[in-house]
Formats: sequence, structure tokens, C-alpha cells
Amino acid sequence: MVNFTLNGEAKEVNVPGANPLLWVLRESLELTGTKFGCGIGQCGACTVLRDGQPIRSCQTPVSAVEGTEIMTIEGLSPDGAHPVQQAWVEQQVPQCGYCQSGQIMSAVALLETNPAPSDDDIDDAMSTNVCRCGTYGAVRRAIHRAAELSAGASSTDAGGSGGDR
Amino acid sequence: MSELPGDAAGVDEAIGGDTQEAPTKGVSRRRFIKIGVVAGAGLTLGVTYKVMSGPGMPATDATFAPNAFLRIDSDGSITVMVGQSEMGQGVSTSLPQLVAEELDVAWDQVAFAFAPAHPAYGVAGGMQVTGGSTSVVQAWRPMREAGATARWMLREAAAQQWGVSADQVQMREGLAIGPGAGQRLSYGELASAAATLDVPKDVPLKDPSDFRLIGTSAPRLDVPAKTTGEAVFGIDAGPPDTRVALVARCPVFGGSLRSFDASAALAMDGVDEVVEIESGVAVVGSGYVAAKAGRDALVIEWDEGEGAALNDAEISRIMEEAVREGGKSKRNDGDVDAVFAAAGDPIQATYRLPYLAHATMEPMNCTAWVRDGRCTVWAPTQFQTAPSIIGGGSLQVAADAAGVGVDDTEVHTTFLGGGFGRRAERDFVREAAELAGKVDGPVKVIWSREDDMQHDFYRPASYHECRAVLDADGMPDAWRHDIACQSILQRLVPGWVPGFGANLAGRSDPTSTEGASDQPYHAPNVRVSYAKVDLPIPVGFWRSVGHTHTAFVVESFIDELAHAAGRDPFEYRRDLLGDHPRHRAVLEAVAEASGWGSAVPEGRARGIAVAESFGSYVAEVAEVSVENGTPRVHNVWCVIDCGTVVNPAIVQAQMESGIVYGLTAALYGRISIEGGRVVQSNFHDYKMLSMRDAPRVEVLLRPSGDRLGGVGEPGVPPIAPAVTNALFALTGERVRDLPIALS
Repeated sequence: MVNFTLNGEAKEVNVPGANPLLWVLRESLELTGTKFGCGIGQCGACTVLRDGQPIRSCQTPVSAVEGTEIMTIEGLSPDGAHPVQQAWVEQQVPQCGYCQSGQIMSAVALLETNPAPSDDDIDDAMSTNVCRCGTYGAVRRAIHRAAELSAGASSTDAGGSGGDR
Repeated sequence: MSELPGDAAGVDEAIGGDTQEAPTKGVSRRRFIKIGVVAGAGLTLGVTYKVMSGPGMPATDATFAPNAFLRIDSDGSITVMVGQSEMGQGVSTSLPQLVAEELDVAWDQVAFAFAPAHPAYGVAGGMQVTGGSTSVVQAWRPMREAGATARWMLREAAAQQWGVSADQVQMREGLAIGPGAGQRLSYGELASAAATLDVPKDVPLKDPSDFRLIGTSAPRLDVPAKTTGEAVFGIDAGPPDTRVALVARCPVFGGSLRSFDASAALAMDGVDEVVEIESGVAVVGSGYVAAKAGRDALVIEWDEGEGAALNDAEISRIMEEAVREGGKSKRNDGDVDAVFAAAGDPIQATYRLPYLAHATMEPMNCTAWVRDGRCTVWAPTQFQTAPSIIGGGSLQVAADAAGVGVDDTEVHTTFLGGGFGRRAERDFVREAAELAGKVDGPVKVIWSREDDMQHDFYRPASYHECRAVLDADGMPDAWRHDIACQSILQRLVPGWVPGFGANLAGRSDPTSTEGASDQPYHAPNVRVSYAKVDLPIPVGFWRSVGHTHTAFVVESFIDELAHAAGRDPFEYRRDLLGDHPRHRAVLEAVAEASGWGSAVPEGRARGIAVAESFGSYVAEVAEVSVENGTPRVHNVWCVIDCGTVVNPAIVQAQMESGIVYGLTAALYGRISIEGGRVVQSNFHDYKMLSMRDAPRVEVLLRPSGDRLGGVGEPGVPPIAPAVTNALFALTGERVRDLPIALS
């Protein structure tokens, strides 16, 4: 039995503790926005946040999230209104879209710690998220745009998006 | 050909009709209403392009019959049925854009849905397939006609309602506006009246000068769902409680199963059953982890067969020998032999390219459920339907594998997490449908990344010998290019006529020489030959197919000739492209955009390449440096002429996408064969380009207004030679083998 918070809700799952979080999310908890790409932590398609930090859920035994807060793409906003999601739509980032949940979660984590990242910061944070469609340029633009959107939200609404950490 | 669907009875049955007249004059009112009823969606405008009329158009399966490209509901919703597969190339936007243009609706009024697998969507030569960068090219007329015909009927319905002539009714943003005060009706309000009208034929289409939506970067309709996790890919699809299966397949190509012991697997928690299928041994479990553990616990004895001795060195030797023995002539202008005999030493070069895996981000998978003699499939497939003479699409393959009729089979196409040609294969559909026929309940076959990489249909490895003689001005007098590689078509065109695949389709396979046999550079004497080699490695369509190797070779060799002639590589090409104005125009445009000839930052150099593929002309300039012996591509300039641009943002994205895809292969891509099996297994040894290593890409669109071309693939071919030509300019080292390895 493993207990953790998933997208703000308490969850208890009864699966072997060694099972990767990825498959617990996708199969037991039926949140399929987090994707299976490689199974060895090389591509980032399975990225979720554990206590705000990006982790590879395919390489994380579910026992390792006991007592933590997990956030998946489904938990970012009820309606796609998170600044990163907004920026992704504005910049028309996705092509096939399969890697994009992971890209977005990595971007969210980056902006939490670095609200105004440089190109170099973005490359550092994002270069383990593979996109086979080559959306890298668009991802970079969207992260800059999300930073602007978040800054705007913060200036008009103290605390703003993500200000609760 | 009698197997081809298309008889009148089929159509009638399909729409629940009881009439037998051949539907050659459009759709009758009665039939049209029935379509709407069957669709259960107010009005289905089953319009045009032979969907419900004309020879060869289908409907043998009542379940899928009310088909059409466009549905307008009485609640006002407008849904474009997209028969092509969305794998990132934007087809779920560009095709609706074509319909919406002619329909005169606002973009935010339009939604799309994936069409079922059905021959009615066989706009690509009778096939429902997404490949060859053909979607917009093929859909250009039928989708516009679908919109125009619907608009005509809605306008007619409004005119009748108001007692005015149709030309007094304006159609704008989903509204019919009459001449009288307050005469405004939405398309939704007109839908049921329009449904009572006969479907007209040959409704005129807009003049391109009147386009308001075509040519604009209409926002992609699939993007919102791809930012929230809601987009359903194949791996996400299927009914609740679908079980998961992994399959053990013989690691050696051409091998087969001898025996297996499933006792250890069956003893594991979560493993339900172990089933032998055509492709190997399937382990069915409650979820991926259990099924994979069970699969890995199988004890299997394979009969590896003769292929077990094969390795890269042997494959190279076989290809070189094939060229020496001589291939089939694919082009023979002038008298190449005479020029070579008269000249001294020709300029010679040999090039070698490896097998490549597609490595779609979403590994292969397919879900199937066989019950009560019916088979339902959820598949991320590029290939839904085809005539049975070429083996059928996913629909027929699934039906055959499940042992049910095509009429009792349905295929739901999901979003594709990348396709690149891999998902035009039907192996993963066949496997799931066969397994589903042997177990109870729905089952999803998921391929691990390792399965996906080691059981692909690879871009063929190839070997090229090039020779040329230059005239006194340094221009090519004779050009000879001999190619050896496996044939892709040989496998895809099976034994319809005995020996057809191996002897006809294979030996002259145009996908082996496209881009080489029609290379555009002027030379009085040109010979191109193809030596087919037969090897057990499965080969298939890989984004831009033959152009992936021929463009590298042609654009490298012309660069070598420019160097030998002491000429600037851009100017040399330009001077040889007099007969090919579209090549020349994009080449000149990319030279200008990149500042060709101007100063390059210290430690960098630029290379150029141009190629036509799939009807589009693309030129690229790459700016590179070498850091610690490793090439780094800083900037790429790209110019494309695809004739007409439907959605500029999508075209630009596809160019950037093709550049990253092609650059990944040029820098890292190699599938090696040892012991008859693939060495690489995952992204640690089949590396992907990362954001940090991706170049800044500038794309310019230069549509000539000439014939429409594709955009999904043509960005790929020029990038590898642009980069290696730049490396030559920088280092003097000519890269003739891919992936790039500097000495």
C-alpha cells in the first residue's frame, strides 16, 4: 500500500512498491496524459513533478513517492489555463504531441525555480526531454512566453500562478 | 478486380437503403435523409468526390457507411471528418481548413473528428493512407468540393425559405444572410432543410484570389488537447479493463519459434495467459509491468535460421558486390561509357549509409477486441484501407488476423505519437487482432522501446559509387551513379502476379533511386543504376524514403565536383540548374537568406544543398563548427516551394521538424546488425538530438503557385548534405559515410 497526493487529492494504491510510478498513474489511476517513451529514463515523456521537482516516472518505483505530492499534466489546471499551457497554445508548440506532457512538466518545474530563464537555462533544463518532431525552437519560445505570462499574472495578482510553494 | 468494393448494392446496404439503382447521379433525397438518420447527427452532408457516387467507391460495411467529409448538426456544430492520420504534420488542421474555406465558416466554428477506416476515404489512389507527403495534395480538391457543395445546398435552402434567388443570399461565417430585414439563418438552422435537397455536382470552387482561410496560419485544432493530456494516442485508447500484452519475437530476422516454456511466466503475479501467435509468444497480463515481467521470464528456443550469420561487414560486402555485378539501368542519357573511355581518371567517390530506425516517440501498440464475431481495433495507424490486391490496410489485416469479416471489423484511428512511415506498416495491428481473437476481452499489445527499435522496418542501408568527368569549363560531362540497397516495394507488393514483387517491383523499385535517377544537374551523359540486394532485414518507408540517401549522395557529389572545378558550390549548382527553375529559385533564395558568400563567424563554415521530393523543392544552408572533434550545427536556413501554402505555420513547423529528424540521423543514426539481429535497443545507444544540440532554424516560404507539393517529408533530404558540405568547407574533410564521424 502506497499513499501519496496526486494533483491535490489523497491516493492510496495497492500495487507492488517496485512498480514504476508511470504505470501506476496510467493503469491503476487512469491518468494517461503521462506517456511511456523509453522505460529507462532517457526521453522524458514520462516526466511528472514530485514535490515540485521533475522526475522520470518510468524510473521511479511507486514506493519512492510515499508521502509526497505528485503532479501530472492533468493536475496543472482544470481547463488548460496554466501559463505554460497557455503559452504552448499561443506558440502552437505540439506536433504529434506525444512528448508534450513531459515537456510541459519540465517547463513548469523550470519556471518554478527560475521565473525568467535564459536560453541557456532552458537548454539545461529541457535537454533531456526528447522531441522526435523537433519542436525545440517552439518549446524555447513558449517557455519565454510562459515566463512573461506568469510575470504578468504575478504583478496583477500577488502570489499568482505557482506562488503557493 | 471484382474484389474491389464499389457496387451499388453495397452503397444501398451501407446506408440502410432498399433501392438498387446505381448511385451514379449524386445522392437522391431519400438516400440522403437516410444517411442523416444513420449518422444520428442532424444532417450529414455526404457530399461529393465520389463518396456516394461514381465508380470504384465503396461501402461494403454498413457500420461505417454514412460517410462524408463534413457533418453539420442542427445545434450548429460543424465537424470535418479527417480520413488521414494526425501524426504531427497538421492534417487535422489543414484538411478542415480546405473545407472551411469553401464552406464560408469562421475557423472557430470548425471541429474535426477522425474518420473511421473506410474505403470511402480512399482519396489516395483508392487507399486510406497517410504517407508520401500526400494528404493536402490528395485532399485539395475533394475537401474543397465537400465544403463548396454543402455551402451551395445551405444557400439554396435559405433561398427557398425566403422565396428569393440563391444569388441574393450571402454566406458568411456560418450564416446565410438574405436581402430582407432580419433574414439571417445559421447553418445549423438550415441543416435539416438542406438535407432535403438533391446533392449537386460540379459546384464551382473559389478562385484562389478569394481565399480567406487557405494561406493563413489558422491555429491547429489538435493543439489544446495536446497541452492538457487529453489527446488520446493509441497507447491510451480502448475500453476499461483492457489487459496488456507483450510479445516475444525472434531477435534474428527470418528466424522462427521452435519451442517455449511458459511455466515461470505463468507463475508470476498479474500474468494471465501465454499465447502463441504468428509473430512470437504473447504474454497477457493485468498491466504493462506484469506482462513485461512475464514476457521476460519466458524460456524460448528460437530457430534463428540462416540470418544469424549476418553482420554489417557482410551486408557491406554484399552491396559492393551487387554494384560490381551491375544493376538495372534507371537512367541512361548520352553515352557515359564513351566519355569515361576517352577521359583520364574520373572523379570518383563512394558513399555508405546505414539502416535507420524510425523511433517514434510512442512505441508501437494496438488494442483489439474480438467478440461475437466482430473485431474492434484502436490503432495509431497511418494505413486504414487499401484494395485487397495489395494486402489491404489495417481494416482488412485486422479482420483476417482476427478471423472475422471485414464487414464485421472496425478500426478507430487515434492520434499517432509520431509516424514517419513506421505506422504505414500493419504488423502491429495484425498482432493485436490475432491475439484478441485468441483471448477473452480487449487486449492492448504494447511494444517496449527495445521491441520497437529491434523490430522496425528500417530505412535500407545503401552503398553508392559515383563517377564524373568534367569538361574544359569544369562542368559535368558525364555523371554515373550506381546504387545498391534492398527494395522496399518488393515486400509491399506481394505475390499478386507470381514473381511480381521480387522481379518487377523490386528490381526497378523507384523508392531506391528517387532523387538520383532524376537528379536535376545538367550533364550531357548520365547513367544511374540500381542493384537490388536481398537480405532478411525488414526495410520500409522512413520519412522521405529514397531521398534520405540519394539526396545525401547527389548533393555531396555535386559539392565534390564544384570543389574539383574550383567553383563556389552555390554558384556551381545554380549554373547547372538552368532546366530546373524551381530548384534554382529556392537555391537562390536560401543563398540570399543565409548571406551566402558573406563573412562567417570565426571557426564556422556553411554548406548548401537542394532537393526536390514529394513535389516540393527545398534548399537548406547549414552553418557548422567543430567542437572537440564533434560537429555542431548552429544555424539552418531553409526555403521551400510547395506550390501553394495552406497553412504557413504548419509548413514552417514541418520544415523545422524535418531538419531535426534528418540531422539526428546524420549526426547519430545507425542501426547495426550483428548475429542477424539489431545491436541498438533504446535511446542510450540510438541517440536523439536534444534541444541544446538543435540548430536555430529560419524557414522561408516561397510558393511558386505551381503544382502542389507535400511538406511532411521534404525538409529532411537536404540537411545531411548541407551539414557535411559545411564540414568540408570548414575542415577539408569530406564525409562520405553516415552517421558523421570526423577523423
